[in-house]
Amino acid sequence: MRLEPKPAPSLAVTLLYPAGAILATILIASLLVLAAGANPFSVFGLVLKGAAGSQFALVETLTRATPLIFTGLAVAVAFRARLWNIGAEAQLYAGAVITVVLGTGALPLPAPILLPLLAIAAAIAGALLLLGPAVLKVRFGVDEVVTTLLLNFIMLLFVSMLLEGVLKDPMGLGWPKSQSLIAEARLPRIIGNRRLHYGFVLALACSAAVWFVMKKTALGYEMRAVGHNAQAARFAGMPVNAILFKTALLSGGLAALAGFSEVAGLKGNLTLDLSPGFGYSGIVVAMLAMLNPLGVVVAAIFVAGVFVGADAMSRSAGVPSYIANVMVATALLTMVTAIMLSRYRVRWR
Amino acid sequence: MTAAPVLRLAAITKRFGPLTANDAISLDLAKGEVIALLGENGAGKTTLMNILFGHYVADEGTVEAFGKTLPPGDPRAALDAGVGMVHQHFTLADNMSVLENIVLGTEPLFAPRLRRKQARDRIRKLASDFGLQVDPDRQVANLTVGERQRVEILKALYRDARILILDEPTAVLTPLETDALFATLRKLVADGMSVIFISHKLHEVLAISDRVVVLRGGKVVGERRTSGATRGELASLMVGQDIERPAIAPPVTGAALLSLRAASTRAPDLRTQLASIDLDLNTGEIAGIAGVSGNGQAALSGVLSGTVPVVSGTFEIAGRPVSIWTPSASLASGIARIPEDRHAVGAIGDMSVMENVISEQYRTRRFSRTGLMDWHAARTFAEEVIRDYDVRCPGPDARIRLLSGGNMQKLILGRALDPEPAIILANQPTRGLDVGAIAYVHKRLLEARARGAAILLISEDLDELLTLSDRVLVMSEGRLSPPSMRGERSVREIGELMAGRGEVLPSPRSRGEGARRADEGRHHAP
Repeated sequence: MRLEPKPAPSLAVTLLYPAGAILATILIASLLVLAAGANPFSVFGLVLKGAAGSQFALVETLTRATPLIFTGLAVAVAFRARLWNIGAEAQLYAGAVITVVLGTGALPLPAPILLPLLAIAAAIAGALLLLGPAVLKVRFGVDEVVTTLLLNFIMLLFVSMLLEGVLKDPMGLGWPKSQSLIAEARLPRIIGNRRLHYGFVLALACSAAVWFVMKKTALGYEMRAVGHNAQAARFAGMPVNAILFKTALLSGGLAALAGFSEVAGLKGNLTLDLSPGFGYSGIVVAMLAMLNPLGVVVAAIFVAGVFVGADAMSRSAGVPSYIANVMVATALLTMVTAIMLSRYRVRWR
Repeated sequence: MTAAPVLRLAAITKRFGPLTANDAISLDLAKGEVIALLGENGAGKTTLMNILFGHYVADEGTVEAFGKTLPPGDPRAALDAGVGMVHQHFTLADNMSVLENIVLGTEPLFAPRLRRKQARDRIRKLASDFGLQVDPDRQVANLTVGERQRVEILKALYRDARILILDEPTAVLTPLETDALFATLRKLVADGMSVIFISHKLHEVLAISDRVVVLRGGKVVGERRTSGATRGELASLMVGQDIERPAIAPPVTGAALLSLRAASTRAPDLRTQLASIDLDLNTGEIAGIAGVSGNGQAALSGVLSGTVPVVSGTFEIAGRPVSIWTPSASLASGIARIPEDRHAVGAIGDMSVMENVISEQYRTRRFSRTGLMDWHAARTFAEEVIRDYDVRCPGPDARIRLLSGGNMQKLILGRALDPEPAIILANQPTRGLDVGAIAYVHKRLLEARARGAAILLISEDLDELLTLSDRVLVMSEGRLSPPSMRGERSVREIGELMAGRGEVLPSPRSRGEGARRADEGRHHAP
């Protein structure tokens, strides 16, 4: 087997690759469903119904997609500049911690002032958290994959410490959870009593903003140049280190907004199970979107749909909802393969 | 040579989409023969060799080695049939020894020690038989480019190659190393080896080959016995037109725009540093730096590009000492840079032509305001450069990686020369380019000189250096020789300085009389 480079395909062809990857994912997952003794058609029918079969299902999917859009954008931005941020999970929790610290009564402000303030404070916390690994990378050549990945565990333990200590809710019956946010710090809901909140709108706005930055601004141009060839970018006079720092700030900030949005929009307090791996799933989302900020929204809704749909399916079909994790992980692998196939032609002999 | 050919390419055709890279090319190679394959960039030489070696599959035609047809697309079969290829970009593993690199792929990974010893002995014998001196136990990372090439040739010999293909083998070599390579090739040929030698350089082609096959636009346009061929004839076959020799007017030298005094560098990633050099770049003049690669040219080029700081001595531009020194400061002081490695440093391969031409100027008001890019202006500029510099490419949106070396260099030239820079650093500006592109680059540099730019030309091509430079300085072990004016030093004298282990010869003015007289017809030395 050999690989030959291909010229850049058209947009329509480019879109075929993620579609093919998703199809391959479903085929592979079908084998597992068969192994579990169920009918793949009925199982995937149930997944689809659970993800988008009713207004309730659709709203659930979009609610679940919200943090994934933020973390997906964070990863897409960083990967574009070849800053391998695997630590969106940690940055998410940093944003959540700040939201809880400032939003449980410390700042008695009206909602229109308090909410932007919380969002900005959360973003700054996440941005600074990623700045550390970026500085280590630039100054000492420390691999940011290692540092950002390990920071996830450090952050989780740190949050655990906070929830058992200073942030512990005295009224929480001993559970490791924080106090609840004050009413002014809660993001309002969009449709009546449904769980979908304005964090989703913020996520869409961020996606558009990131698209604008990447396409239309000098910073986006610099980030892409550094990602493609840092040596040439440096030679052309681009401040490569500063660009990497700005990328880190942007990426960390976006991931932290996921934490803000989950706490202020959905949960209202902080617990250790705030994120079932949204930071890691963000990598899948960004890859499925081929790092395109607008594609991230579509990919996040797809991944969220798989999780939400699988939950509903497992209740009625008896196939464990872990099938969703398998599907998302498989989607990452098939997508990486598809991206390779979009760039190279495979010759078999 | 009437015996059956050892290698026969029969009517090879290869198309890439609408482009026909090879159009019914036929070629016979006899035992003990050296064929030179001559052609411009994009003439189809490399494609043809890749088909022969099985990297590509031809759309039509067959490859026969020693009377047997090779299965298409199978490098293994080509290797087994005795075809060895030395690529332009070497394919060695840096972290392994010479021995390991050579035996790699010829035996099981966990070979017993005894076989290692046999292999080492065999390599030593091949090396001494054919003048390919290199220690089998050294690590490849520590070898010079010339030594690496020897390892590549040894690799082919170790696999019992009877046909050797060399793709631009001299592009990376010093004149001395080139001579050594030719000596090796002659020994190999005497031993029955057949060689295909791909090159742009006419004098090398004439020196080493028995027969020259000229490709243009994917077709064989001419075939000559080397003994009866002339340089001019081959050149016009290759480019399809007479090469325009730039007429060199005498320099109108003005003030020193850039000056280094006792300047030294200490850049951690460079092997040779500048050791207290003096250099003036004057307006309207080309200063040429001759020297074997690796003698401090990278440091000097880095100093002008802004990537290497001067740690002692003085560095002045337009009479003002340089303080903070970065690539952007270098650009801001009006220095245009044509880097040595256009792929790794000069261009961002996966970005478009448009995105590449603005990479040094995107922060100016012309291309961005308050951080917002003006892509319309960028596109206009890209179209200008494509038109003014005759860049052959599909358009501003084409990925620059898809351009040929010559077209990429024209684009870099267009980027560097706009808006008219006061100082130009041209580091190996024509390396790997075809004759037409070389003439074009020379013409542009001379135009810049005519309008008063101060140009520093660093080149390993002595012909080029002596043709273009008003003043020549020789670099050796980080030091610069005193300058000589055009035609003052003979090639032999410059060669001595290049090899000279640091000792400074007496002033060239007292020695260069003969050379000056000989060149009087062509040049107007002041």
